[in-house]
Amino acid sequence: MFDPKTTAALKKMLLVHADDHLILGHRNSEWTGLGPILEEDIAFSSIAQDKIGHALGLYSILHEHLGEADPDTVAFMRNEQEFFCAQLVEHPIGAYDFSLMRHFLFDHAAQFRFDAWSLSAYEPLAKLSRKIKGEIKYHVFHADSWVRQLATEGNEESKARMQSALNEVFPLALGLFESMESEALLTAAGITPSENELREKWLAHIDGLLTKWGLKLPDLRATQAILGGRQGYHTKYLQPLLEEMTEVFRVDPSAEW
Amino acid sequence: MKIDSIDPRVNRLELDAEHTYEDHVLQTEDHFQTYQVFHQKKRGDKHICVGIVHAPSDEMALVFAKEQYARRGETVNLWVVNTRHVLAMDYEDTDIFSTTTEKTYRDPAGYKVNDRIEAYKKAQIDV
Repeated sequence: MFDPKTTAALKKMLLVHADDHLILGHRNSEWTGLGPILEEDIAFSSIAQDKIGHALGLYSILHEHLGEADPDTVAFMRNEQEFFCAQLVEHPIGAYDFSLMRHFLFDHAAQFRFDAWSLSAYEPLAKLSRKIKGEIKYHVFHADSWVRQLATEGNEESKARMQSALNEVFPLALGLFESMESEALLTAAGITPSENELREKWLAHIDGLLTKWGLKLPDLRATQAILGGRQGYHTKYLQPLLEEMTEVFRVDPSAEW
Repeated sequence: MKIDSIDPRVNRLELDAEHTYEDHVLQTEDHFQTYQVFHQKKRGDKHICVGIVHAPSDEMALVFAKEQYARRGETVNLWVVNTRHVLAMDYEDTDIFSTTTEKTYRDPAGYKVNDRIEAYKKAQIDV
């Protein structure tokens, strides 16, 4: 369907975003059983499961349409340098303020991305994006409700913690839009909008929400985006996560589940 | 001594083995309000009360209700209503509902046509 260079770029793009969703889904599932209240424990765990489902959807496109190995092999048998997730998603869950703010910034980015992809020239991706639209809508509703609640209805401490979590997560979240060399091929083929275009839409939207809730987005000109994930450069946190995540699978990769 | 569990999630908390939950005294703000959740399966159906959620606000109640009561099966809509907005009878007053005098005229079974309905039903079975 596409020329070999564009196809290679498409594969890399799918892998990048599948990895983002897999690693964040795994991280957020670490809250299962430990959530702040029962209702939230169930909601956040369910969202984490959805993320792993979205990763599976992307890995499945690679397998079924683009000749890559099956999703389990791709997800569980690569080493750290072969993962292309943004560093944002590998950081430990921290306290709930960090996890919520990461969820808020990540899911707004995911919503813009999948909305754009629902019109992609690459039909398998467009189809998946349309299918998961409702789930992402809930993730954003959940994130918005929490951040708004803690920033406007909580107390001074909850508001201060939302702001400091925002300051901490924002440079990492910018790493979600790290551009890749091959990006121009993908935009020319109508597969995806550019990272820059997505980033601008995302920035304008979250800035509007945060301002309304009395929070302040850090000054972009004074912020150094934390990049490298898309090229396989990761923090010290990814390898231990991979070891834990793949521990059972690696005992016997050929086992039937 | 930290708790040494086979569950890595528990180990990450680095809890003291001596940890007791009495350390934590509930404050007023720890108590969320309760909301009654009403679930609608299909458009046009009645919303049916399916249980409660605890939440700090109306909107968060809706966020929680979605995952508690609508993550499986069919759903088209949800309502949440703060429990304090429900005006209820006292169980002490249950006697309000008991009928003491003979009022079979209010009961559809009391209509004369009932004999004909019964006769018709019987005829259907006999066929």
